Formats: sequence, C-alpha cells, structure tokens
Amino acid sequence: MSEGDILKVTNVSKAFGGVQALLNVSFNVQQGEVFGIIGPNGSGKTTLINCITGFIKMNSGKVLYKGKDISYKAPNQIANLGLTRTFQIMRPYYSLPAYKNLVIPLFSPRARKAGGWRGGGKLGDRETVSIDILEEIGFERDSFVPYKLASSLPTGYLKRLELARCLALRPDIILCDEVFSGLSMSEIASMVPLIEKLQMDGITLVMIEHRLRELFRVASRVMVMNFGEKLTEGIPEDVMNDERVKEAYLGSEKLLDYTFEG
Amino acid sequence: MTNEHLIGKERRKERLDRGIKVRTEGIYAVSSWQEVAYLVLPRLILIVGLLLLPLLIPSLYWKRVVSIAAIYALLALGFDFLAHFVGLVSLGGAFFIGVGGYTAALLNKSLGLPPALTIPMATLGGAIICTLLLLPALPLRGVYFAIVTLMYPLALMRIIEALNIFGGTDGILGVASFPNRWIEQYLIILIVIFALFGLRRLVNEDIGLVFRGVKDNDQSVRASGLSITLYKAIAVFITAGLGSLGGAYLAHIYMWSGISQFALDFSVIPIAATVIGGGGTLVGPLLGCFFLVPISEWLRTFGTLRIVFYSVILMAFIMFRSEGVMVYAQRKYHQFQRWVKV
Repeated sequence: MSEGDILKVTNVSKAFGGVQALLNVSFNVQQGEVFGIIGPNGSGKTTLINCITGFIKMNSGKVLYKGKDISYKAPNQIANLGLTRTFQIMRPYYSLPAYKNLVIPLFSPRARKAGGWRGGGKLGDRETVSIDILEEIGFERDSFVPYKLASSLPTGYLKRLELARCLALRPDIILCDEVFSGLSMSEIASMVPLIEKLQMDGITLVMIEHRLRELFRVASRVMVMNFGEKLTEGIPEDVMNDERVKEAYLGSEKLLDYTFEG
Repeated sequence: MTNEHLIGKERRKERLDRGIKVRTEGIYAVSSWQEVAYLVLPRLILIVGLLLLPLLIPSLYWKRVVSIAAIYALLALGFDFLAHFVGLVSLGGAFFIGVGGYTAALLNKSLGLPPALTIPMATLGGAIICTLLLLPALPLRGVYFAIVTLMYPLALMRIIEALNIFGGTDGILGVASFPNRWIEQYLIILIVIFALFGLRRLVNEDIGLVFRGVKDNDQSVRASGLSITLYKAIAVFITAGLGSLGGAYLAHIYMWSGISQFALDFSVIPIAATVIGGGGTLVGPLLGCFFLVPISEWLRTFGTLRIVFYSVILMAFIMFRSEGVMVYAQRKYHQFQRWVKV
C-alpha cells in the first residue's frame, strides 16, 4: 500500500447464485482525489459499492481503509469510520422534514464524538447543525425547502439530501452512486461545483457515473468495469481511447462483422 | 368564498391548518389565552377525565374494570409506539404481561418483597427478559416478527403447564395486594398518563427520530452509522417494560399469577384499540382501551354472543373509520375544510 492510498480494494468477488456479479476487482483510491467508476448497465458498479460499505457480504476479497481491514464489517461500523455512501435510488426518511432527516446521522457515534451529546457542541443542537449542512449543500435556508417533508421534495433535492447525510457523518470519503442521474442539465450544472467544493474540503470521492462529460470534469482517474470485471484504469482521456472500453460501451466491430457474415 | 355551488367532479376538498394551529406551533404560543387554551385544553380534559373516572363510577366492579382498561392501555401504547414509530408489529402483549406478572409474583412470594419493590423490579426485569428473548427475532420485519412474538406466550404457557413449575396450572396464589384501594386505583392511572406523555415526547426527541427512521428506511439508518438492531432492541425494551409493568400490576390486583396471563386477549385487544383509536397518535389507542375493555365487560351478559357483537363493532370501525377516531378528531381540531374548484 503506497503512502497516499486511503482505500485499497483487493480481489473482491461476489456471486449471486450462478451470476458472477464481481470477479477479482482491485483498485486503490488516493487521499483527496476524485475517482470515477464507469461501465455499462449491470457491470457490477453498485454491487462493488455495496460490498465495500458492508451492505452486501462479499464472497472473497479484502478492503483496506486507512490501512485498517474493514472487509466483512457491518455497514454502520464502516460508516462510523468515515467511509460513507449515497444510494442510487434515494433513501430519505420520507415521513420526516428534510432537516430532521439529518438528525439521524448526527445522532451516530461518530457525529456525537465530534459534536457533543446535543449534536453540534458549540454550533447548537442537531437541528441547527442540520440546517447548516443543508445550506452548504444547496437548500436555501430562508425558503420553505429544508422544512418540507422529504416525500414532497423533487429528485434534485433528494440527491443533495443523500450527500448531506454523508456530510453529517463528517466523512473522509464518500462513495457516490450516480448523483447526477435523473437530474436535468441545469441541476447537474449546479451540482458539479458542489462536488468540486467537497473535494476542496479534503473529502475523497469515489463516483459511479453515467454522465461521463461531467465526471471527467472532476475525476482525476477512472476505472472501467464490464461484466463484473475491471477492464482498465487510468486518466479519463486514455481510458476513453482504449479499444476494450469502446467495445464494452458500443459493442465490437469485429463481433458485428461476424454476426452479419454468419 | 364557499364554492358550495360547485358539484361533482368540478370540486375537491382542500384542507388547511387553522391559523391558531400554525401560531401555536412556535414559541409565541402563549401570546393569548385562546392559544394557551387551544394547546392545553385537550390535554387537560384527558388528564382530568382519567383522574375523575374512578370517582364518577360508584360500583367496585366497574372501578376494577377501569384499572384493567388502564393495564390494557399500557399495552396499547407500547403496540402503537412499536408499530407506528419503529415499524415492528408486535403481538407480544400476552408475553410481556405474563413475564411481568410471574416475575412480580415470584419476587413477592419467594423473597417477600412488597409491591412497592416488586413492581419496579418486575418492570425492569421483565423488560430485560423479554428483550433478550426477542433479540434473535429483531432482524425480522413485518409479519415474521409478529409471529415470533405470538409464539412466545403460547410456548411459555405450555412449558409452565408441562413442567409444572411456578405453580403449574394453579398459578401462584396469595400474592400481596396493594395496601390501599385508592393507591391501587390511582397509581395505574398516573402511570398511564406518564407513559402517554413520556412516549409522545420520546418520539419527537432525537432518539425518537432514529426510531422513526428505522421504520421509514432502515438501510439509510445503517448508512448513517447507527445499528438498527440496537435501536430496535431499545424500543422493544421500552414496550416490554410497559407491558411487564402492567403484568406486575395485574398480579398484585388479583393477588394471583397464572397461565391465563399469557392469554391472547392481551395481544389482540391492544391492536383492536389501536385500530379504533387511530394508529400513530398514541392517545388514540389509550382511549380505544378505555372504550373497548368496558364494552367487552358489558357484553359478558350476552355470554358467548359477545364475540359477535365485538366483531361487529370492530368491523364497523375498520370499514367506516379505518383511520381511527383520534386521527379524525385531530384533523377536525387542527384543520378546516373547504371546497375548491378543480
């Protein structure tokens, strides 16, 4: 493990019955970088995140976080170490107002250690802290939005709420599962600076994305997956010029020729 | 504008919070006596009503029914808390009552402790026993958890019967009674009032939000760094504590503890009371018990037919007021309706 690596994933495999969802996937993430994971649908990206964060038990493999072995730990233990995640299908608490959604992560052992038993320590109680976090993530403090029920918020705000839940845990690393998907162009445009700001705050980001243009604006390195295996890894330009990546995304010309002849 | 002239599909109902409700939600609630009354009166009527109940009822028999209804109310409060704020449907009322009752009776008979000690000890001890026994079932959700909680009282009843322990089918006789009839009458009512307002406060505290989060989206709670098993266990502990308290009280009222304390009535009536009173309101199930338990007693004159009447009442509520009385009443109290053009 080199000096700057915060996350080191080695040979992670996972099979659902007969379907090999992940096969010997390995990668390293350096402290402070934005690391992209791309690949066609069903290539195992979300399963990979689920395995790293403990939501799915992997069959074999090892995950080192800050040099500590976190493979096979419970999701809440992993989150408490500062390795947080967002969900692709947003999972807010629909029956609670947006700002009360954040009281729950602020109640976690990690957040309590940082902020005292009332939540924010000198910053106020948990509700005050959660409004501060929401403002940081793009909920206008003086509007009605932070006080609305999560069930009445549009997708864009729910995606932000996912990020806000991670931020409430004072994370060192956030695994973002498609934060841009389902958003309009203008919403994405306002989201990109947010991601850049998180990076400037020193948070390492691992981003699963289908919006390649926006991803490549922020990501320094990208890993490509296909059929549960790692195809390649490198800086965005190199990766997109790779023949195997084009093949995975667009289908092989040779294969096409073959079918036509056949 | 009333829009009363609109008909059929042209109109729909719109519900708006009353101005006084919006005003009294903030810190300015005490700016006028109307607003103070708006906040305090419903609570005051409930508390004073419950306290006056034993005084207004002359016969000793019906006074006893009030105490029994209060014990059911503790179970119903626990059921509503667990079902609507934590997402665990529990049929364990009989389990909690039985464990609490036997614990109190054993402490009293074998160690000679007075009710002032056995009741708190049985509450705590019963809660610990029930939580430990239910711990393996906590990862289960919905109907599966309900089945496990239903299984325990049935199993414990048969175990006591088969092994002939704790007095076997005769039960434990000669448990000490309360020193005074008024203490017996009023202590349980005060406990119910404290349990109601305590739980209502708890579900709006930060830890209460965690409970509600577990119901709403448990995966998200795990991603927030909180163990769902821990918080489910805490919630079951609270509920089991309320139930065991009721059981211990029951044992001291009847001066007896036996296998009929594992009877399914203790599991079913709290659920029926929650249906009638309105789930998620906490006060609804409590009132439901004070309605259902006397009715069930009154129907005894009809012998076995009482189950039929009982079922008809329940069915009528489920079909015509499935939201429950208190949900309806709270809506009428806090909101007004008007027709608006579609």
